[in-house]
Amino acid sequence: MAENADQTLDCSGLACPMPILKTKKAIDAMKIGQVLKMISTDAGSVPDVNAWTSKTGHTLLSHEEHAGTYTFYIKKVK
Amino acid sequence: MADEQSKRIAIIAGHGTLDAAYPPLILATAAAAMEMEAAIFFTFYGLEILKKGKADHLKVPPIANPAMPVPMPNIIGMLPGMTAAATWMMNSWMKKAKVASVSSLLDIAIESGVRMIGCQMTMDVMGIKKEDLIDGIEIGGAATFIEFASHNAITLSF
Repeated sequence: MAENADQTLDCSGLACPMPILKTKKAIDAMKIGQVLKMISTDAGSVPDVNAWTSKTGHTLLSHEEHAGTYTFYIKKVK
Repeated sequence: MADEQSKRIAIIAGHGTLDAAYPPLILATAAAAMEMEAAIFFTFYGLEILKKGKADHLKVPPIANPAMPVPMPNIIGMLPGMTAAATWMMNSWMKKAKVASVSSLLDIAIESGVRMIGCQMTMDVMGIKKEDLIDGIEIGGAATFIEFASHNAITLSF
């Protein structure tokens, strides 16, 4: 379920809370409607990205897991 | 009833050990990333985290710590060099897990607008001057923290 991303952020190898902090920074620099593809190897990213999008209001379009790598597609909505 | 979400988090950092430095900084930076207003009040030994050049040299005490991953009886933990050994061990695990350093979390906290408040009273008690502490922080007292926290803040103490 791959989406088209406007930008990719690779957080591979980074531990909590860095994937969320970097996601926030990347989304802030993007335009409304654009999609960020964020890659993480931190299993905690799955609940954390969900929590982050529900708190900030951005949309988690989809996420997939492949061999310990998690890919999230997040749409900036505001 | 509407889901009234708290928009603030007010944290007290009262300890100056490596393990105690992380939770306030991780939670405050995460809160800032979640578009909340965050403040950390550094008091007593928590001021150690803010001292210039100290952030990446905080230690892990093996004494009275039954949760050490490698169990260490107090009588061993009190021997010279054991604090350094426990600190080295923890630092190598943190590095392996690629956990951000305390100094980089401090930088991110300041950059993302977390209010970093050094406690004036304990600075006076412990002889710590503002110039001993890193830039980008403010100095305040109990009322400064309480006023911030009084606006429906989640409050945590470490």
